[in-house]
This record gives sequence, structure tokens and C-alpha cells, in this order.
Amino acid sequence: MKNDPKKLLRYTPSERANHWLTAITFILLALTGLPLFHPFFYPLTLLFGGGIWTRIIHPFFGILMVISFGIMSFHFRQLNTMTPADWQWMRHLRELANGDERNMPESGKFNGGQKLLFRLLVLFMALLLLSGIVIWRAYFSFLFPVWVVRLSAVVHAAAATVIIGLIMFHIYMAIWMRESMDAMLYGRVRRAWAKQHHSAWFRQVISGGK
Amino acid sequence: MALQSLDITRRSGTTTPSPAQRKTMEVAKLIDVSKCIGCKACQAACMEWNDTRDKIGTNHGVLDNPMDLTENSWTVMRYSEVETSRGLEWLIRKDGCMHCAKPGCLKACPAPGAIVQYSNGIVDFQEENCIGCGYCITGCPFNIPRLSKKDSKVYKCTLCSDRVAVGLEPACAKTCPTGAIVFGTKEDMMHHAQGRVADLKSRGFTSAGIYDPKGVDGTHVFYVLQHADTPGIYSGLPKAPSISGMVSIWKGVFKPVASFALALGAFGAFFHYVIKGPNEVSKENEKEFEDEK
Repeated sequence: MKNDPKKLLRYTPSERANHWLTAITFILLALTGLPLFHPFFYPLTLLFGGGIWTRIIHPFFGILMVISFGIMSFHFRQLNTMTPADWQWMRHLRELANGDERNMPESGKFNGGQKLLFRLLVLFMALLLLSGIVIWRAYFSFLFPVWVVRLSAVVHAAAATVIIGLIMFHIYMAIWMRESMDAMLYGRVRRAWAKQHHSAWFRQVISGGK
Repeated sequence: MALQSLDITRRSGTTTPSPAQRKTMEVAKLIDVSKCIGCKACQAACMEWNDTRDKIGTNHGVLDNPMDLTENSWTVMRYSEVETSRGLEWLIRKDGCMHCAKPGCLKACPAPGAIVQYSNGIVDFQEENCIGCGYCITGCPFNIPRLSKKDSKVYKCTLCSDRVAVGLEPACAKTCPTGAIVFGTKEDMMHHAQGRVADLKSRGFTSAGIYDPKGVDGTHVFYVLQHADTPGIYSGLPKAPSISGMVSIWKGVFKPVASFALALGAFGAFFHYVIKGPNEVSKENEKEFEDEK
């Protein structure tokens, strides 16, 4: 049962909607952005009605994503401060990757990796927004000297590459760590899952906290 | 227009060779600034042949009209009054696309075939393939392409590629009354330019020279300047133009490296999954919460 009340609520419906709006706009941005970067990806423009529509629509997807991600990151900001325990957790990454979780330090609602990913996403999202405005030729590029536009083009391409890599990693983690996708799809996770991966959060929820 | 479809050296947004079986002679337009009288016949001829009409502007108190290149004015005369060692000089430069051998616009353009370089050296915009992103403006070292507000396509001098394809000279060269604009093979034009420089030097223009910047591997529109050591005095002609390092990184090495890195990441994740297996809830935890299943 997806919504078994014995399961623990991890993400509220509005948190899920917010996450998936961000996710969908991100995918649309990657699919419209890559063809403007390397000709290898140019056939992707066919998904959006050709090169011209791709060029027109990409920055508007961007605005949508920035708004959606902005709300999400503001909402989750306090859950994503790195603590010494989180850095300790990061030092055990290799063991985790090898499937050995016995020595992993406890983590709260989010583990060190998730928090670090979150902070990197905020950073690169900000870079993409700023550089994206500068290279938005239809409305803004004429306001900037050409060297700023050139720099922004490089920053935009580099930040986009990094953030696509980070999101690929994020998606893989959601697939690899079985049942974690349930939390974002249906909201609830099994207690066994919670105890194994987020034991500090598990105790908190069981004892009536949030 | 792609009348010379078999003679393409470079094509934007394309990673494989373009039709390039034939090799045509490299052409060039030589603009001898020392012979220009600033009559603007070239501007008028350009508009007439290409059938573009700029809107009537306002008088800014100077001869420059229009004040800058536009999507309808593909060439403009730029007038500057400069004090040199010879006293007050009136320098008039015909500005427009230089048709670089190594074009920054083409390097930056993401749309396949929106910018092509023919083997005769002409760099031509194919507006039907243009997506209006303006990357060519970012890539150009001479600030030439102009984005039209009407149709969101970029326009610039074609070096009358349609005329050249059928053996005619560009409209501006055809109309120039003083012979300041001449057209022919790059080799012939270079020879002619050297003669002009020698003549200017004999008349006391000791720093006369040819402006054919090596940073872009030379251009197919090039100048004879009375003061070749200070091109900046000709309304800001860049001294050592080249494709910006930023553009080279962005549209050069970074493209394949980034694509490869992302592909490697995807493969890495897949192989991690099939080698290490998924991360599942442990047996002990499952036992503790048996009622859940």
C-alpha cells in the first residue's frame, strides 16, 4: 500500500509538487539547452518545434525553474546546513559506494551528501541565472559589453555541464538506493527504510517530532 | 544564398566535413582608405543591390549616417578627425564584415548551416537556418552582425556572394568612383595593396601598411591604411583582432570534453549498479518491521 499510515511521511504533497515542477523544468532546460551547446544534440530541437522555438522557449523554462527551485531551496534551507557529523559522513562515501553501510554515521532527514548536493545546486543555479540573463539576446544582451556576454556564455555552459552531472548523480542515487524514490513519488517511506538510511530522523519521527 | 553549395569550407553547427570537392580561388575586397572620399556611394549601392532600406534617422551633427551598422545597413562610412604627425587628418573607413579566414561568428553559431564559409573565403549568413540566438554577435571580433527586430535573424555584408558566384564584383566595388574599393583574387589584391603602400610611403606616409590581421588568419576584406601602426584611429579598428579566448573555450575544447564527461558519468552510474548492486534495506531492519510488507 503506497499510503499505508504505518509508513512515515517524508515529503508533503506540496513539497512533492514543488520538487517535480523543478525536475520537469530542469529536464526541459537540459533538452533545450544542450542543442545550443553542441551540434551533436541539435536533433533535440525537433522535440520543441525546431531550433527557433528551442531558442525562444529555453530562457522561459529557466525562469520557471528558478522560481520553483527558489521556493524549494528556501523551504528546505534549514534542513541543509552542514554539521561536523555530515562531514564525518562524507568521509565514509567510499564504503557506502561499495555497499557497506555498517560504519556510516547517523544522518538526519538529509545526509551529508544530500546537503552538499543541495548547496552545490543552489550555487550553480545562481550562476546559471545570472549568466543566462546576460546571454538572453532578445531582451538583455545589448545591456552588457561584449566581454561580459562572452564570459557569461562560458560560465553558462560550464555551470550547466556541472549541474547536469549533479542531477544525473541525484537521479542515480534515487534509483540505486531502493525505495528512496517512493518518498518523492508518494510521500511516505517504510520504517525499515527510514531506520536504515536516516536513523536520526527515524527516531525523531517515531518519538513524535517532525 | 547558397549558390555555391559545392564550395563550402566551413559550416556552423556541423562536426563533419561539408561539400568541399571543388576548390575555388580565394577572393578579397581591398579598401584603400587613402583613396576614399567618403561619398557613401558604396552604402547606397549596397542597399540598392541587396534591396534593404534603413529607416530615415536623425542628424547627429556628423557625416556618419546611419551612425552604426544595422540589419539594413550592412556597410557604413565611419568618419574621424585625427591629429597625426602630418597635422589634422580626416580618416574615412568603410566598415562592414571583414570575412575572416577564421570567423568567430561561425565558430559561435549553434545552428547547422546558418553560417557558411565558401572556399573563396566569403563568410555568408543563411538566414533560413538562423535561430536568432545572437551567438555570432558574441563571437565576432569586429562587432558586425546585427539582429533584426522584425524577424529575429542576423544580417551582415554578404560580400555580394550572389554577384561573386556569377563572376561579378560586389556592388560597393562596382560603384566606387575613386577606385578605393577594388575586388579580385586575394593574391592580386595583396599585390595591388603592396603597390599602394609603396606609393604612400614615397609620399611621406612612413607608417602606411596593409591591415590583414593575422589573429583571424587574415581577412577577405582588408585595408590599406595611411597609419597602419595605429589602426585604432580609424574609428576603433582593433589592433590585433582574434577570436576571444572565452569563445574559443566555449565553442572549442569545452564542447566535446563536457559531452564526453557527462556520457562517462552515465556509463559510470550504470556499471556501478550492475557491479555493486542496488542498496537495499538490510535483513535485520526488515525483520524488525515485518508488519510493513
